[in-house]
Amino acid sequence: MSVLVWVEHDGTAVKDATLPTVTAAAKLGDVVLLVAGEGVSAAADAAAKIAGVAKVLVADEAALAHALPENVAPLVATLMADHDAFLVPATTNGKNIAPRVAALLDVMQISDILSVESADTFTRPIYAGNAIATVQSKDAKKVISVRGTAFEKAAAEGGSAPVEPVSGATDAGVSTYVGSEIATSERPELTSAKIIVSGGRALQNGENFHALIEPLADKLGAGVGASRAAVDAGYVPNDYQVGQTGKIVAPEVYIAVGISGAIQHLAGMKDSKTIIAINKDEDAPIFQVADIGLVGDLFKIVPELTSKL
Amino acid sequence: MKVLVPVKRVLDYNVKPRVKADGTGIDLANVKMSMNPFDEIAVEEAIRLKEKGVVTEIVVVSIGEPKAQDTLRTALAMGADRAILVTSDTKVEPLGVAKLLKAIADEEQPSLVILGKQAIDDDNNQTGQMLAALTGWGQGTFASKIEVEGDFVTVTREVDGGAETEKLKLPAIVTTDLRLNEPRYASLPNIMKAKSKPLATKTAADFGVDVSPRLTTLKVEEPAKRSAGVKVADVDELVGKLKALGVAK
Repeated sequence: MSVLVWVEHDGTAVKDATLPTVTAAAKLGDVVLLVAGEGVSAAADAAAKIAGVAKVLVADEAALAHALPENVAPLVATLMADHDAFLVPATTNGKNIAPRVAALLDVMQISDILSVESADTFTRPIYAGNAIATVQSKDAKKVISVRGTAFEKAAAEGGSAPVEPVSGATDAGVSTYVGSEIATSERPELTSAKIIVSGGRALQNGENFHALIEPLADKLGAGVGASRAAVDAGYVPNDYQVGQTGKIVAPEVYIAVGISGAIQHLAGMKDSKTIIAINKDEDAPIFQVADIGLVGDLFKIVPELTSKL
Repeated sequence: MKVLVPVKRVLDYNVKPRVKADGTGIDLANVKMSMNPFDEIAVEEAIRLKEKGVVTEIVVVSIGEPKAQDTLRTALAMGADRAILVTSDTKVEPLGVAKLLKAIADEEQPSLVILGKQAIDDDNNQTGQMLAALTGWGQGTFASKIEVEGDFVTVTREVDGGAETEKLKLPAIVTTDLRLNEPRYASLPNIMKAKSKPLATKTAADFGVDVSPRLTTLKVEEPAKRSAGVKVADVDELVGKLKALGVAK
């Protein structure tokens, strides 16, 4: 079985999200990577070094810049004549492109898989992770998005796959990229951080969030997350959100500060290895999943904790 | 211009889903069902575009069991103009839904289709993108802001790490993210009025679309339970635990 994997990259480097997808792909067959974009030779070289990769296809054309699905999906659908499965990481780009490819191939996509049971059977979470479904696909070709936290990362170094150019991408002429505002942060990226400190509504405002959560995170070398309530209230930007509709994380340690633990938030973090909750409400649902809980006022506890670390 | 808004009836987001003992699915007997929250946002956005004078007609569509009619009435009460219910005996997957919506789009010729980014039951996040593929239209997924100007729609999208803006030629597909708007509640007079708004009922077979499922659910299980945790008394004890975990020195 030949498995085509869409590589998430920023033009020069391969993003970490690609690596678990390579691991999932290797369980199905020979892994062929697709690096698509404009000016992506450095990313292609980096992709060729990933361990366990048979071949890297490079599609370097203006129409493929910014991963516009209207232009990327038809190219992938054409390439799929030679492959049996198409895998993407379940990132915003992956989720944007893969279903478009699936429909062009007239197959159902299998979203956000947690495991590969066999060549046609996979597990995936439904109902905000409150149930795990085992699904079998009858389609000849599989289109799959992979939950990054569910698979080990493939080694980024050690491989030496041959790089082969592919052409044929055209601009569908229905969409243009205007611009982007990407938040810059010195802190570890949320989805790959080993430790995450997350704040919720109880912080009351953005100033408290910055004054309490960030110093604690920095002390621990942690990434910073937030509940939807904290994001909606404007304490921090949207891309901090952990949950069913935000980022799915599974760090070694997740520290939830002033987060009650709604179903939708738990969906994004309950696979963390150790969950620590700090909340003044001892009946808060977060304590039902927390390995270590401390009941009390976060405005007293967090500064004390930060100073004692 | 006309807007098409597909809506889905799902288990209410506040209800904790219970896995059936026989492992065939989630128990949906006698539980509260509601409109998928992302679809409420889609309906709201369509109404706001109508209030701005950009949109002239809002058609809402739901595909599924006859009870989905309630969801359509909710959308009509919020401000949609008319509804189409497509009933199906079997559960229709996103690919099937996208094919039915394509057939409806061919009939209705909307300039814009606004969908939720995902349904909170199957968590698939596919239908909008699939419909975009079948129609060949541009797709603005995970929208936090949309602006229609002339023959184009500008969509600000929530992406990993921030926001991205794209300009799409109309007709186009937009899927809503949480931050697009705050949906309104339907008032009692509007709920009464919605009862007399037109609602056409069709079946999947009427469209000649094959919606037979491609995926078989072999089983549905509860996720692994976490073992019970401990409560610590004070910060010193917590620091001790953090040290034991190796995350603090």
